[in-house]
Amino acid sequence: MFDVQKVREQFPILHQEVNGHPLVYLDNSATSQKPIQVIEALEEYYNSYNSNVHRGVHTLGSKATDGYEGARDRVQSFINAKNREEIIFTRGTTTALNIVASSYAKAKLNEGDEIVLTPMEHHSNIIPWQQVAKATGAVLKYIPLQPDGTISLEDVEETVTDKTKIVTMVHVSNVLGTMNPVKEVGEIAHNHGAIMIVDGAQSSPHKKIDVQDLNCDFFAFSAHKMCGPTGIGALYGKKELLDDMEPFEFGGEMIDEVGLYESTWKELPYKFEGGTPIIGGAIGFAKAIDYLEEIGLENIEAHEKMLVQYAMDRLTEHEDVEVYGPPADQRAGILTFNIKGVHPHDVATVLDSQGVAVRAGHHCARPLMNWLGCTATARASFYLYNTKSDVDAFVDALVTAKEYFGDVYAE
Amino acid sequence: MSMQSNLDTLYRQVIMDHYKNPRNRGELDENDALTINMNNPSCGDRIQLHLQVENDQVVDAKFTGEGCSISLSSASMMTDTVKGKSIEEALEISGIFSEMVQGKEYDDEKYDLGDIEALQGVTKFPARIKCATLAWKAMEKGLDE
Repeated sequence: MFDVQKVREQFPILHQEVNGHPLVYLDNSATSQKPIQVIEALEEYYNSYNSNVHRGVHTLGSKATDGYEGARDRVQSFINAKNREEIIFTRGTTTALNIVASSYAKAKLNEGDEIVLTPMEHHSNIIPWQQVAKATGAVLKYIPLQPDGTISLEDVEETVTDKTKIVTMVHVSNVLGTMNPVKEVGEIAHNHGAIMIVDGAQSSPHKKIDVQDLNCDFFAFSAHKMCGPTGIGALYGKKELLDDMEPFEFGGEMIDEVGLYESTWKELPYKFEGGTPIIGGAIGFAKAIDYLEEIGLENIEAHEKMLVQYAMDRLTEHEDVEVYGPPADQRAGILTFNIKGVHPHDVATVLDSQGVAVRAGHHCARPLMNWLGCTATARASFYLYNTKSDVDAFVDALVTAKEYFGDVYAE
Repeated sequence: MSMQSNLDTLYRQVIMDHYKNPRNRGELDENDALTINMNNPSCGDRIQLHLQVENDQVVDAKFTGEGCSISLSSASMMTDTVKGKSIEEALEISGIFSEMVQGKEYDDEKYDLGDIEALQGVTKFPARIKCATLAWKAMEKGLDE
């Protein structure tokens, strides 16, 4: 049974006042808070078995290696990858996408090849492809957005051609909360001989991921948005694709033989993990997965759906609050909005004065802001520990913001 | 100080007045004026500043752009302040302004700072200091050239 009050007890950070009000943390799409289990796992690692991996003959080294490689097994089972060596630890989603852009796309694409994406991508899934296009002469093609910020499979069919080599897309938009049909898009991509890449930064924290069912070729995600530490994430890639790619970073850990003029690489996944890996981070990542699976991803998803529905219902009372994106039943727990006549920074500052933490700005999605016709928006994003009373506090704070600026406007 | 009064210091009446009724909003002829574009990449604010400089004097200043109440009111005040000043004076006031919004000691006697002292409230809101300084940085960039 999902009990949000019990969940909240596991998150020490939530039990504090900010600016004289109980903290209402609604910036989860930027980064999530960490449960005590993850904090303790990090503490235990650094207190009792911190060591380098894969080389220490000593006891601590073996324990650290077990922790790090055990974390790979946890990530593998979390997304249901077929093979453990298909899991590459990275610094996060951005690095994971850059590995694909650099080691796969730059090597394989030629002039005139097409990379298909959407205007709702995070900058980390746009700029690497712009760089690939510059380096190879490939062209970027965008699937148009529907008025409610979704994409249609007909448009995907029209955009993807036999020249398309890569289709890449967010699983869940970090601005609109749109959930993209990446499995169906992947089928279209594969029918044209293209690969399918999924940016899972905003989906992996909130729903069950099965990369074999999605049949995507690459899947990128970050630990820190799913109760884990910052600085670590993972790239999943199909083995035959990863095997055929050159390493991304060169140096220690990733080599087989090293001569003065030539070197060879380790097998997967190590050829992509140059340098001392993010050992503590991986151990914390694994603990976060344990935690989320114990709660149940389906429970988390249902809880967030309830919250976003409740929030959108409450906001319909306020005509001067414009919410962007699809209806509640078609979106993840992300609510991007503007109050008419008040800049989102000013909204966020007033909300913060009431203890409510939201994001304001362009959310690293400038092309999407252009599409929405605004330079910035405010965003509230929910997670498993948020409550209906958090939503109430949020709506109350919005009313405060409206009144505050209404008053100053009225003179 | 309570959060409410902190908010009131940030959003002083004079700031909201500049936000609602910006002074010097508009453009200047490119043949007579410098144009400086400045973004705050972390939040999306953009300003385009036009400065007309003759014989080391800022004769006119106008701006366009999008941003929050703090960045736009600051642009309005800045353009008001630098008009008629020499380049040296304008840069010096910019330095004083920068010290003021960072909560440092600043010289409030050498120049009549007028409305711009109302922006002191941002010192309590570290995330908003960049909003206040955007237009001033654009001006410094233009006059340094």
